[in-house]
Order: sequence, then structure tokens, then C-alpha cells
Amino acid sequence: MGLNKEQIAKRIAMELRDGFYVNLGIGIPTLVANYIPDGVNVVLQSENGLLGMGPFPFEGEEDPDLINAGKQTITTLPGSAFFDSAMSFGMIRAGKVDLTVLGAMEVAENGDIANWKIPKKMVKGMGGAMDLVAAAKNIIVAMQHTNPKGESKLLPRCSLPLTGVGCVKKIVSDLGVFDVTSDGFVCIEYAPGVTIDEIIAKTAGRLTISPSVKEMAV
Amino acid sequence: MKKVVAGADAAVHDIPSGAILMLGGFGLCGIPENCIAALVRKGVNNLTCISNNAGVDGFGIGLLLKQKQVKKMISSYVGENAEFERQLLSGELEVDLVPQGTLATRCMAAGYGMPAVFLLAGVGTEVADGKETREFNGKTYLLEHAFDADYAIVKAWKGDTMGNLIFKDTARNFNPLMAMAGKITIAEVEELVQPGQLDPNHIHVPGVYVHRIFQGTDYEKRIEQRTVRKRD
Repeated sequence: MGLNKEQIAKRIAMELRDGFYVNLGIGIPTLVANYIPDGVNVVLQSENGLLGMGPFPFEGEEDPDLINAGKQTITTLPGSAFFDSAMSFGMIRAGKVDLTVLGAMEVAENGDIANWKIPKKMVKGMGGAMDLVAAAKNIIVAMQHTNPKGESKLLPRCSLPLTGVGCVKKIVSDLGVFDVTSDGFVCIEYAPGVTIDEIIAKTAGRLTISPSVKEMAV
Repeated sequence: MKKVVAGADAAVHDIPSGAILMLGGFGLCGIPENCIAALVRKGVNNLTCISNNAGVDGFGIGLLLKQKQVKKMISSYVGENAEFERQLLSGELEVDLVPQGTLATRCMAAGYGMPAVFLLAGVGTEVADGKETREFNGKTYLLEHAFDADYAIVKAWKGDTMGNLIFKDTARNFNPLMAMAGKITIAEVEELVQPGQLDPNHIHVPGVYVHRIFQGTDYEKRIEQRTVRKRD
């Protein structure tokens, strides 16, 4: 038992604050847009050159010139702005984007992240992930706690080639919410139906359970 | 000033085998479809292509890959292309993977006359291997060089006969940066107009950067991921 993908997205959406500019990665992070709390206005940045990403178009209204970073057809919203790729990464690099949410294959207890390459398998490339993790002020990782083999993805050190170093601030997995601190992973919430023992058993990196740990409200 | 050429074949007529090309677009969005088709017809090979992506099987740069015209790709993301994967694994194709923002900024640097820039992306990763570094305010940065491309081939929405360009929506992406970065820049546009018909306030790339321009035809504008929502 643990959270499904929609619940992980819903929990991450609770981290959004009014006025945030947010970049959502491909996969679970994209789903976060479906759970933005009432009264919280955020502007979604798509790194191919759009601020103010709107929902998918109605059928028949798709525009091949208007896509997001996942190459999906999208729409704009009132107040949207287009720009080129250098300005897009310029605003990321300059710290104008408040929050980046992305997936990961591995996260280390010091905040290192690996999410772009598995050696000797097909390498598709890092896209904008290295730029985003190097520069974003706040990075939340959305991922399953273990890989398909059941091995922990929260590690003392990443085994896969790194995307960025010391950058992840928080992880929301199917098992709980974890701050990444100078003392390693700190469990601050556990998912309904998940025990602390299970979290300890499935976390290979240094882990502390917060004294104020509580069940996640999702 | 004679920048207007008859069409794609005339625009690419002198591109030799072994040339270093920049090709605008993100995925299949805003790619120079007419010029890619002309390069396939021309049959030049051993090309080095600087482009964020490598197209898909049977479209975009995928058409050049299929004819084995590409020696090396310099890109940030090259998934969605089985022929690319086959050539890479068999050693027929070289690939240099560059973070997307670094790719964009190395194009920008060329267009702004800057030989190199210091960037944070990739520090502590294999992207940093062999690169010069320097510390600023306690952080380590990588020295990244401006691209040096023989030809930049871009797609714009509108252009005039003086080479001024306007892009549409997210089809802008790498196109203006590459347009500014080529030693010779070729622009294909959906609508070519006379000087004065575009508002100077709306120009994204001034014509000084553009050497050849023509109105493209038969744009397919293939969509990679068609996503829609239902009406209530």
C-alpha cells in the first residue's frame, strides 16, 4: 500500500504557494497541475518557451505550433507569454522560477539526483533536466520509493550518472514525504496505510524520522 | 540587397557534405521542413547537426538520418527515433548530448559575438568532464563555448524580403537563436511579405542576421503527442 501517482501529485500540489512560477517535469509532475489548491494562483513554465501554460486543447483545436516540453498539444491562458529557449533557461538560471518538480531514478542523502541515463542502455539525453536542477531555488522530486526490483531509490550515494549535485530539497514518494537535509533524509509524513518500519526497511540512505512525523492528508 | 531565393533547393544549393548545420525547432515544432526535404534531395552527407532533437522516424531530421546523411548530432534529447538508436549503437553515428539550456545559450553566444559563457548546468556530472571551470561567488561554473556553425536553417512564421523574422507561439524555441548564430542563415517562412508590412515593433530577429529567405510550401506540422480534453 502507498500512494498512487495521482495522490503523489496531489500532495506535491499542497506545496504550491500563491504567485509561484513553477516548472513541472514529465510524468507524475505533470499531474500536479490538476490539483492546484483553490485560491492559489501559479504560473506554469514550459521550458520550450511559454509562461502561463493552460490545459490541453479541446478536440479539433490542437495547434502544432503550441506544445509543452513533453511535446503535448496545450493552450495558453490570459496573461501567457512566449519566449525563445535562451530566455527560457535564462529565467531558470537567474532564479526566477520558484519551484521545479521532476521525477528521478535515484536521489542521494546529500541531495544528488540521477534521472537521465542508464549506462549501456539507450541514452535519450538530459533535455533541460540538468539546467533545471542546477539553478532552481527549490526542487521537489516525485517518484516511487523503490525501483521495479524493489530496491530503494533513496540512497547513500547515487549509482547512476548524476543529473545534478546537492540540489533536491524534498521528495514525495508513494510511502511518504521526506526533507533532504544536511543530516540526510528526514521523514516528515507517512502515507496512509504505510508503517514507519516499512519506510525504514525501504530507505537505503541515512534516514531520520521527524519527532513530529504525521500521517499524510491526501 | 537580394536575400529572397526561389525555394528550398536554391537556399541550400551550396551546402557541402561535411558541413556543420544548425536546425531550428523543438521536437517537430517549428522545424524547417522545406529545407530538410531539400537536403534529403541534395544527398549531402557527413553532416554535423546542432538541433535540440533528432526528429522522429520518417519526419524531421529523421529523414536525414534514414538516408545516412548525418555523421554527428549535437542535441539535448534524442529519444523517439528507432533509426537514430540503431545507428548510434552500431557506431555509425556520433552524438554529443548537451543540456538544453546550455545548447540554447551556446547558440545565443554565437549570435551575440561572445566566444564562450560560464554556466552552472552539468557541474559535478559527466557533462563537466574535460571542461575548464571557474568559481564565481563560491560556485563552480563550466566554460561553454559558442557554437561555430557553417549554416543555420530556421523556420519562421512571417518574414519580409529584408530578412526580418517573426515566430509563432512555441515554434519560436531555438529558431531566433540559431538564426542569429549561423555564418550563413537560411530562413523559410510561412508568409513572405514586402518591407513595411511587418510592424518593426514585432520583429524577433532583424534581417541583418538573415542571408537567404523564401516562402515555404506544404507544411505538414506533424504533432508528436496529440493531447486533448473533452468538452463539458
